[in-house]
Amino acid sequence: MAERKIRVLVAKPGLDGHDRGAKVIARALRDAGMEVIYTGLRQTPEMVAEAALDEDVDVVGLSILSGAHMALVPKIMDLLREKGLNKVHVFVGGIIPENDVAELLKCGVNAVYGPGTPTTQVVEDIQVAVLGVHA
Amino acid sequence: MVNVEAILQGDRRALAQLLTLVENDDPRGAEALDQLFPHTGKAHLVGITGSPGTGKSSLANQLAKVYRKPGDGSAPRRVAVVAVDPSSPFTGGAILGDRVRMRDLSGDPGVFIRSMASRGALGGIARATAAVVQVLDAAGYEMILIETVGAGQTEVDIAKLAHTTIVVEAPGLGDDIQAIKAGILEIADILVVNKADLPGAENTMRALRASLELAHPVRHLDSLKAGHAGSMKTTDISQAEDDLWLPPILLTESPRAVGIVEVTQAIARHADYLHRSGEWEQREQNRLRSELDALIQAQLVARWRNSVPPSAYDQALEALYNHQISPQQAAGNLVKEQ
Repeated sequence: MAERKIRVLVAKPGLDGHDRGAKVIARALRDAGMEVIYTGLRQTPEMVAEAALDEDVDVVGLSILSGAHMALVPKIMDLLREKGLNKVHVFVGGIIPENDVAELLKCGVNAVYGPGTPTTQVVEDIQVAVLGVHA
Repeated sequence: MVNVEAILQGDRRALAQLLTLVENDDPRGAEALDQLFPHTGKAHLVGITGSPGTGKSSLANQLAKVYRKPGDGSAPRRVAVVAVDPSSPFTGGAILGDRVRMRDLSGDPGVFIRSMASRGALGGIARATAAVVQVLDAAGYEMILIETVGAGQTEVDIAKLAHTTIVVEAPGLGDDIQAIKAGILEIADILVVNKADLPGAENTMRALRASLELAHPVRHLDSLKAGHAGSMKTTDISQAEDDLWLPPILLTESPRAVGIVEVTQAIARHADYLHRSGEWEQREQNRLRSELDALIQAQLVARWRNSVPPSAYDQALEALYNHQISPQQAAGNLVKEQ
């Protein structure tokens, strides 16, 4: 059997146009040997869920710097659940106020990363969540 | 056990999960493929290849849109797009960025887009791409567009997989000599010059046409006349030839959807030609034969690996490093071991 690759969807939902962070994360995950489906800007929650399903990803990474996270993320989590994608590891990065982090975790997000989070942290968390091992 | 019935009934999640099993060489995937094989053979496989940056994804997006909304009264066709991007030779990871160009297709239940990493395969597609395409064929997708890694000149594996291979060029990427070099141009059933609004589109067409003329010297190709204000005539004499297919050269501007319908028409004409001339059957058989050979090879190697103790291999290597035996002798000894 071939080696298992971790497949990650990286998306920027909503109207936020600042994609440097998403690209940095995508690069870091690629350098850690993962296959990153980069869907780019202006993704609707429906587009994110559809891509997550069709690409059978292990992980969904959402980058939001526009402040619209409370409007977008719960909707995305609902759609993922609706499609039966309960085991997907979801992380959110960008500008997320402390007060909202707990809310996001409550609606099923696995990790929230603020600015300055080392990419190694993101990589490690994914590897633990998906492979169950510290790589 | 994979629920093959569910996939045949259109269960998208089951399909997506099987594609992963197949891509990872999982025995459950192979088992499902065995059951699905009788349902394959219906799809028209169209390869889209060409250098990076020529607009392959964009073209695939536009072609899929036409197949979904034909505008000529014909029935919409279900479309699958398999987009392959290169894996890093150092880390094994990949950025699969072709979906970015296909946002117009989202939300359409008749479209399925799957991104694949090349995982070290050097021919422009991944080793599992053929199997992935088979699953999509069995699942009922009638047009399957396979977009290769942005290829140079030798990534031509797509020609063995697809019925129709489109090579996409863009203006300004080279001169006449470039156009006549061997490799990717030889596999083209249809040539598309995308980004035709850029300067040099005319020259690119001329270079390609000259290249085709060299390949088919007895044919007289119509001269290309640039149209006025947006209308462009293209070189296409394939209709006149029943016994031979000459690749038409078509101009497109993907973002504005210019020239796209003409490409779908050329694809349809090519399919007709393949059926009429018996080449469809021939290509199918070639494809199946290649696949059989590849599988036999893989299974034999696996069997050998299981039958030979690692120590025997290491000993042979040691003797080889010390120049006590030649590589041929080492191989001969090891293969005899079983």
